[in-house]
Parts: sequence; C-alpha cells; structure tokens
Amino acid sequence: MAAKEITVNAALEKGEELTAFVESMLEPYDPSPKATVQVDVAIDEVFSNIVMYSGAKTVTVVANLDEPTSVFTLTFIDKGNPYNPLEKEDPDVSLPVEEREIGGLGIFLVKKTMDDVHYERKADQNYFTIYKKIK
Amino acid sequence: MKIEQTRDNSTLTLALEGRLDTITAPELEQVVNANLEGLTALIFDFAKLEYVSSAGLRVLLSAQKKMNKQGKMEVKNVCAEIMEVLDITGFSDILTIV
Repeated sequence: MAAKEITVNAALEKGEELTAFVESMLEPYDPSPKATVQVDVAIDEVFSNIVMYSGAKTVTVVANLDEPTSVFTLTFIDKGNPYNPLEKEDPDVSLPVEEREIGGLGIFLVKKTMDDVHYERKADQNYFTIYKKIK
Repeated sequence: MKIEQTRDNSTLTLALEGRLDTITAPELEQVVNANLEGLTALIFDFAKLEYVSSAGLRVLLSAQKKMNKQGKMEVKNVCAEIMEVLDITGFSDILTIV
C-alpha cells in the first residue's frame, strides 16, 4: 500500500486523531488485537513525549504497511529541538513502590513492545520511527 | 474514558471503560484525589479498560503510594494486554492484582 501521512498540531488532545488515523488505516488488514493495543500505546507515548519536550508546533506522522511481511512502520517527524528519547537510560523496574519514579517509563514500554525503534536527526528535524508486525 | 464510581462506606470502586492514556489520566487522578478522605479500600475494575499507557501508570503509582498510608488498593479484571504492560514495567509487583 502507499504510505499515508497526517499533520496535527503539537497538542496532547490531538493524540486521539493520530490513533484514529492509524486504526482506520490498519483495520482492513485485520491486525491482531494485541498488536493494535501496543501500537495505540506507542502512539500515546511517542506523541506525548514530542508534545511535552520538543517545542515543535506541529507533528507529521507517516504510516506505511508492508503487506508481504505485515510490518507496520510509523514515523513521527517534528521541527522541534534535537531530542533523542532513546539516549535516556532505561528505568529500574524492580524498585519498591516508594522508590519508583515514572520518568522514562513510556519510551521503555515502546522499546519493549515494538519490534524496533529508531531515531534520526536530519535537515533540522527529529525522525522517530516505530516498527511493528501487526499479525 | 468512562469512570463509574461506587462508594460503600470506606470502600471506593472505580470501574474504568475505554483508554487510560495521556488525555484521560488526569481525570482519573482528580477522581482519586477527591475521594481519598476516609478511604480504606480503593478498588480499580479494569474489566472494560482497553489499554493503559505510562500516563495511566503514573496515576496508579501515586494512588498506590497514598493508599499504602491509609488502607489497601486492588486492581481486578486485568486483561492480557494490560497485564503485559504491568509486567514489562514491574507494576505487577507493585500493585495488588486480584
């Protein structure tokens, strides 16, 4: 299929629009419920991260599904400050409740549930891509 | 997300329906904070919850810390997809899942 793209304002409530865009694109390909939920969560994590930390005004998302392999690729592009969330150290998920902090948990979750994640800075833009086999 | 509240004396059950994410987590936090006084048991019912992202986990962690000081907190009817999120993040060790 041809890649599809959408551009939204960098505002938290726009996350729902992105989720709806991706779900309607994937639906005809009958993705597994588990993969769908994981992609939805990844969208929430990556998009909210960009909105809160990049300073960008808009975010463009390019979605592509490779039909032979069922690998779904979603790239978030923004003109904000250079920001690579993958440089952050993984949180210690074994700490007891009183010592637990929440920082970094979202991207950690994305790294664990997606098949691959990739960050690149080019032409003064951040490119953050997630890859997930949807069935 | 819909939040159905059932209060029985000092026990509050919050049945969540939909998505607990960046947009909806602040609503849940407000409901929890508004009801904490005199509460000895806080029960989350996830039967109709589709997913939890880290913003939702933050609210659950904060609720757990508060309830540790005044009673107990339990999470019930956790589906496999949400359980995986709780396992990956170590929350299945922190929360009481029944």
